[in-house]
Amino acid sequence: MPIVFLILALFTVVMAIGTVTARNLFHAALFLIGAFFGVATIYVLLEAEFLAVSQIIIYIGAIATLIVFAIMLSRSMMGREAGGYNRFWLAAAVGAAALWSLLAWVLTTVSFPVVNQPVPADAIFQIGTGLVGPYVIPFEVASILLVVALIGAVMIARERHRQR
Amino acid sequence: MTIPLSWYLLLAAGLFCIGFFGVLSRRNAVAALMGVELMLNAVNINLVAFWRYVRPVDLTGQIFAIFVLAVAAAEAAVGLALMIAIYRTRRTINVDHIDLLKG
Repeated sequence: MPIVFLILALFTVVMAIGTVTARNLFHAALFLIGAFFGVATIYVLLEAEFLAVSQIIIYIGAIATLIVFAIMLSRSMMGREAGGYNRFWLAAAVGAAALWSLLAWVLTTVSFPVVNQPVPADAIFQIGTGLVGPYVIPFEVASILLVVALIGAVMIARERHRQR
Repeated sequence: MTIPLSWYLLLAAGLFCIGFFGVLSRRNAVAALMGVELMLNAVNINLVAFWRYVRPVDLTGQIFAIFVLAVAAAEAAVGLALMIAIYRTRRTINVDHIDLLKG
């Protein structure tokens, strides 16, 4: 099992690094799809199958497609220098490395209250009843948020034909 | 449960920092948005790992991750619509050139 985790984690991290370093934005989007897929396999290892399938459908099926469409709709982004860095890239790299070191130190020193219990066999059933039972208010709020965000996105991106 | 919890947390921290670097260093707004998506994925790995190792009996961690997924979808839709609108009026989405609010 640990070797499987290490392979999948390495795959995910390599894809993520490719996402932030690829010069071509379209290649970056493809690397991002790989990273999403790697995260989905991590969910399978954690026995969260429903979330793994949701990850593939929502992230790879919807969000990655949106990003690819946005890249293709603005043609200058396909250019060679589109994926370049700004002048803060070195500071950003040092900051990110320092943040990871700090987090790694904290995560390896703190001991978490880990319990050794199996996942309930009817986990997906419990998620379904949970979303219409105790979590029904957040569920409805999330659906309102999605509707508002999608209407807002259409309004923002709409072509305006009003001419003076 | 042969894999220690901290391995998952280290992986999530690594993904978060890679996304953080992408957000801060990229000149292109869509590339910065890809970094944000990586950071949200890292958060979800943390939620699911803590659910699996600390409290697997109730599904709160997974349900929280599902809400994060919904918010991430809304965020991507609005963000990309903003970029298309900015590209249409300014012909660039280089974040160095979108400084209209700069005093």
